[in-house]
Amino acid sequence: MVCEMETDQIEEMDVEVLSSMWPEDVGTEADKQFNVEKPAGDLDTLKEVTIETRTIADMTRLPNLLNSTHQGSSQLTNLVKQWEYMQDNAVRLLKEELKNLDRQREEAEAKELKIIEEYKFESNEPENVPVLDETSDLFRRFRQKKRDALVDSKKIEIYEEFDTVAYWKQKALSLEKMLEASTERERRLMEKLSESLKTMESQSAPVQELTQNLKRAEGFLHFILQNAPIVMGHQDKDLRYLFIYNKYPSLREQDILGKTDVEIFHGGGVKESEDFKREVLEKGKASKREITFTTDLFGSKTFLIYVEPVYNKAGEKIGINYMGMEVTDQVVKREKMAKLREDNAVRKAMESELNKTIHITEETMRAKQMLATMSHEIRSPLSGVVGMAEILSTTKLDKEQRQLLNVMISSGDLVLQLINDILDLSKVESGVMRLEATKFRPREVVKHVLQTAAASLKKSLTLEGNIADDVPIEVVGDVLRIRQILTNLISNAIKFTHEGNVGIKLQVISEPSFVRDNALNADTEEHEQNGLTETSVWICCDVWDTGIGIPENALPCLFKKYMQASADHARKYGGTGLGLAICKQLVELMGGQLTVTSRVNEGSTFTFILPYKVGRSDDYSDDQDEFSDMADQQSEPDDTAEGYFQFKPLLGSIYSNGGPGISNDFLPHKVMLTSPIKLINGFVADPSNNTGQSEMLQLENGGYMDESKLETSSGHCPESAHQYENGNGRCFSKESESCSSSQASSEGGTLEMESELTVSSHREEEKAEIEVKETSKPNILLVEDNKINIMVAKSMMKQLGHTMDIANNGVEAITAINSSSYDLVLMDVCMPVLDGLKATRLIRSYEETGNWNAAIEAGVDISTSENEQVCMRPTNRLPIIAMTANTLAESSEECYANGMDSFISKPVTLQKLRECLQQYLH
Amino acid sequence: MLGLGVDRLQADINRLLASLFHQGVLDEQFLQLQQLQDETSPNFVYDVINIYFDESEKLLRNLRLLLMDREFSDYKKIGLHLNQLVGSSSSIGARRVRNVCVAFRSASELSNRPGCLRGLEVVEHEYHYLKNMMHELFQLEQQRILAAGVRYPM
Repeated sequence: MVCEMETDQIEEMDVEVLSSMWPEDVGTEADKQFNVEKPAGDLDTLKEVTIETRTIADMTRLPNLLNSTHQGSSQLTNLVKQWEYMQDNAVRLLKEELKNLDRQREEAEAKELKIIEEYKFESNEPENVPVLDETSDLFRRFRQKKRDALVDSKKIEIYEEFDTVAYWKQKALSLEKMLEASTERERRLMEKLSESLKTMESQSAPVQELTQNLKRAEGFLHFILQNAPIVMGHQDKDLRYLFIYNKYPSLREQDILGKTDVEIFHGGGVKESEDFKREVLEKGKASKREITFTTDLFGSKTFLIYVEPVYNKAGEKIGINYMGMEVTDQVVKREKMAKLREDNAVRKAMESELNKTIHITEETMRAKQMLATMSHEIRSPLSGVVGMAEILSTTKLDKEQRQLLNVMISSGDLVLQLINDILDLSKVESGVMRLEATKFRPREVVKHVLQTAAASLKKSLTLEGNIADDVPIEVVGDVLRIRQILTNLISNAIKFTHEGNVGIKLQVISEPSFVRDNALNADTEEHEQNGLTETSVWICCDVWDTGIGIPENALPCLFKKYMQASADHARKYGGTGLGLAICKQLVELMGGQLTVTSRVNEGSTFTFILPYKVGRSDDYSDDQDEFSDMADQQSEPDDTAEGYFQFKPLLGSIYSNGGPGISNDFLPHKVMLTSPIKLINGFVADPSNNTGQSEMLQLENGGYMDESKLETSSGHCPESAHQYENGNGRCFSKESESCSSSQASSEGGTLEMESELTVSSHREEEKAEIEVKETSKPNILLVEDNKINIMVAKSMMKQLGHTMDIANNGVEAITAINSSSYDLVLMDVCMPVLDGLKATRLIRSYEETGNWNAAIEAGVDISTSENEQVCMRPTNRLPIIAMTANTLAESSEECYANGMDSFISKPVTLQKLRECLQQYLH
Repeated sequence: MLGLGVDRLQADINRLLASLFHQGVLDEQFLQLQQLQDETSPNFVYDVINIYFDESEKLLRNLRLLLMDREFSDYKKIGLHLNQLVGSSSSIGARRVRNVCVAFRSASELSNRPGCLRGLEVVEHEYHYLKNMMHELFQLEQQRILAAGVRYPM
């Protein structure tokens, strides 16, 4: 029982001790991991694994290191302890064995004693005392007894007892046998003893055991680390390598050991890692860091580095342990992910931003459209009100009524002006505003603007025009807009100047810097488009005054919409506050720049720089002829090149300065084709059109209308007078649409004049013709594709007492015009097959050439039989009235440019139709 | 039916028209239309409006077909249709239909498909509203004429 318990304890102890350090059955664990069915169970698995030695270690110093550091000594202590336990175990086992042997011997001796006692035998055999006999007192006592007994019994032996030989012989034999058995036992015991001594000897070699264990540990480490892409090492205090393990060794032992990182590698990251290690060494705290190396040795790689400080037994730092793992791929992946995420976020943000912008743009567009539509809607009834008021002013009124009416008209004009400004602005902003390139003479434009301004001048100001000699006689640009800008600036200047001068100065400048910045992208495009046939010239235009000036703090918001320098000014001087904003936008639209410099009480100068193209000389000469004819008639040959104008107040000179009689001799056709609105407006508003007498009258009346003037100007058309009146510093030649009805009527006026003066014969012939054909009922053609519009228009015509023919598109219109003669054509602009603009162009071309070639070229089918008839007919201008649906999309300029005479904006009303018929049918 | 409600009917008609004007569904052009109606064409307004509805119905159907097509890109055609619709709407004074058509058209000019779809919805909505209102108006008108036609022997 005791024995069993003891062995059990020993076994338990064994397990405890052995399992603590390295798992003996590494194989099983590994196999469990790799799901191998049969566990190998011992170290043989490791023996099969081929282990390459990639470890480079300084063998002389490593043992020192192991002895001197905590890590090293603790490992050794573990091994020693383990060995001691094993020795203890062996000793216990031996002791057990000894006990057993003792017991056996005791038994044997007891037996011997029994035998001796039995036979009372006194032997003289040599004493065989067992070596390990000291403990058995019993035996010794017994021997002493025996000896004592021996002395007494000798005498008895010889003389008295058993004196027979046979008996003694037998006795000796049996004793000999027993002796033999005893010696045999002795020998076996001796053998056993030596054997156990031998095993003790073999067990007593701890180094072997330790080596084995160490080997196992190393094998295990290798097994684990064999394919791991890691580098391990130990560096001393000076960061010199003492030990390194590397899966991919590319350096030899002597290249690494005893050297520092910096000595081994060169390139990015080495210094950083060195610093990091040093930091760890200093702080005494293990830490990790990712470092990217770019060395010649292994290229660009990122390592995750773990460094821990190593202490010796005295607690001093003696170096670091270092472990690195290559994580280049992971880092690349991680960076990619981060980048993707970032891109994603950016894209999302952009998307939402874009959506927002789209939304805003849509809203803005809608709002602008709304504004434009509204303005348009307001304008139509308002022009009715103003028109009616003007008609009313031609009737007999007393003074008070007239004054009231004048206030009414001027207020109405102001509102109209505001609306026009808004329309203009929304046009520019929505990008619908199209610029026209027409040839014009800057000197004339300046002169006309000044003339117009002088005509309506109510203050004693001197207006000056100064044009440098190098400004070309003729340039190409959108004269209408330029005129608008000039007029606006001049009227502004006059408004804010109470005495002194107001003037315009033109000069050629070199290309300004803000253009040069954009030169690469913008200019090349432009040049490509123009094919480099024309050269550009930059003209700087100053509009200066000696007025009240603008305080510096008001300059920034000067060009903003609805802003005036101050509320006081707004009240004092009135105005919409839109003028400068429009000017600026127009200038920028044309690729220029509008700036202002000003000093309070000294005056302001508005400067705008614009690019113009200079036309080629042959074109120029053509025009020159035309104009020189005119100049001859005027007997003012210097006019085109004159560089200085002055308009002084209250002097008769202004009226002689302007070229008299221009418009009377001017053919309206040509006016239409070049730049209709400007010239018409310019000339109608030009005081020089009228006789000096009427001018004086006007001045006397303070700019108000006079009946005598009405009579002297184009007679029966009262609205042309309105145009004149309109010119009073507010609406010189702003926008054709604004005064559509009145302007059309003024055209009618000149047309009328023309027919009376020059081509009256045609007219009469035609009239005669018509009278022969029909009983003076005018022939009207409506070209319109919309059924509803046709119905409405027809019904209106019926109410007005007319009938009309219908054509559904441009082609039908041409066919209809070809087959019968019309006095008036109402032409829808937007139509399928052939739109109104094209159709009008074709009709005009027919009127000029007398044939339909252009139309046939355009694909319109015209029967030849009627062609002959057409050729015989004299060609004169057929009034074509455009019907436009929308002011933004179908610009009036476009209508005029395509040869239309006037336009009615849709929806057509009785009023508009009646006015139109009154103008064009006589 | 007894011809006693003429005044009331006329008042209803006026009220309806006033509200339509107030809402901006109709504008002055509709009055122009009414002015054009005389003894020679007693049903002028009714006829014109009927034709307008016929035409517009067709146009709207076409527009919807065009826009429903997935691979559609013919904004020009949409523009043409809309021009028609704008023209005829402004001719009869259907101001709100006209205005939403204009917005729709600007969306089509920008080739803005979602805008177009929205525009179409709005136009259809306005169109149907107008149609209902007109229907009501004509019914009142009819009743009024009937009532006005009743004569009692003196």
